[in-house]
Amino acid sequence: MTGEAAKLIATALAIGIGAIGPGIGIGMIGSKAAEALGRNPEAESAIRTAMILAIAFAEAVAIYALVVSLIIKFT
Amino acid sequence: MPEISIKAEAITHIFGFAVTNSILFSIITLCILAIIGIAYKKNATASNKSGFFYLFHLSLVQIYNLFYSVLQEKTNNFFALIGAFFIWILFQNWMGLLPGVGSLLIGVQEGKHILHVPLFRGNNADLNATLALAIISVVSIQVSGIAYLGFFGYIKKFVNFSNPINFVVGILEIVSEFSKILSFAFRLFGNIFAGEVLMTIIAFIVPWFIPATFPFLLLELFVGLIQALVFSLLTSVFINMATSKSH
Repeated sequence: MTGEAAKLIATALAIGIGAIGPGIGIGMIGSKAAEALGRNPEAESAIRTAMILAIAFAEAVAIYALVVSLIIKFT
Repeated sequence: MPEISIKAEAITHIFGFAVTNSILFSIITLCILAIIGIAYKKNATASNKSGFFYLFHLSLVQIYNLFYSVLQEKTNNFFALIGAFFIWILFQNWMGLLPGVGSLLIGVQEGKHILHVPLFRGNNADLNATLALAIISVVSIQVSGIAYLGFFGYIKKFVNFSNPINFVVGILEIVSEFSKILSFAFRLFGNIFAGEVLMTIIAFIVPWFIPATFPFLLLELFVGLIQALVFSLLTSVFINMATSKSH
């Protein structure tokens, strides 16, 4: 395996594996937010704010993986 | 396929400082923002206001109400900072989507050969810019915490000898303050830079007559808004946590 091939595989693995956890997390956050909305529709704005914040935290992990894979790819 | 660079390229050098393409673009955006601000201020005192004023005023009121739901009665003290974060990041993100950004090339002499680098680059696709924003945000969180609780009242959160558990928690708090800088900077940089890379690559993997970039452009408009919202909302949540008494 050449160095270039190893680099490409590393790029794909970094973002591919790194996206699993945040994907599950965001799915759970969204489903719980929808559940809370169904139970208490008046609290929509509070739920939306909390949901966006929680999604941002979960998404940050995927973004770290993305930055790592971009660094592997382009340096 | 164009060369994708993870860092901003220097266009020219003034007194030894490298003027990069992202700083050039951020200065242009700053000028546009300043013009909008001056027009808004002029309209605010005029007797008959233009439609532009009402449009901008409506969005400002919406942003204010959003932050009011987090900060409550402290909103007036912090709205200048957090609203500035929101508007600055939003404008930088959306200006970075204009045609010509990243596609206009300019030749730069480097050593013997000439390099072709983009003339403009979205400001938030440069790690230096987002790192600066993150440092401003975290420093202002600490300063507002000290201003509201007093120096010793605030520092009690980090250095606490009352029992061993609180001492360890204090060390974790110190680490989390530093990790806030990293997570703020990388979240914004990663999202915007990834969007640029995505749009560049999508444009080159389909035939030219399919406008495949267009849905991703709409996605990037949405991502730009969400990232501006997340950055300013997180700053306001952290400020709210720092300025209220710990139990």
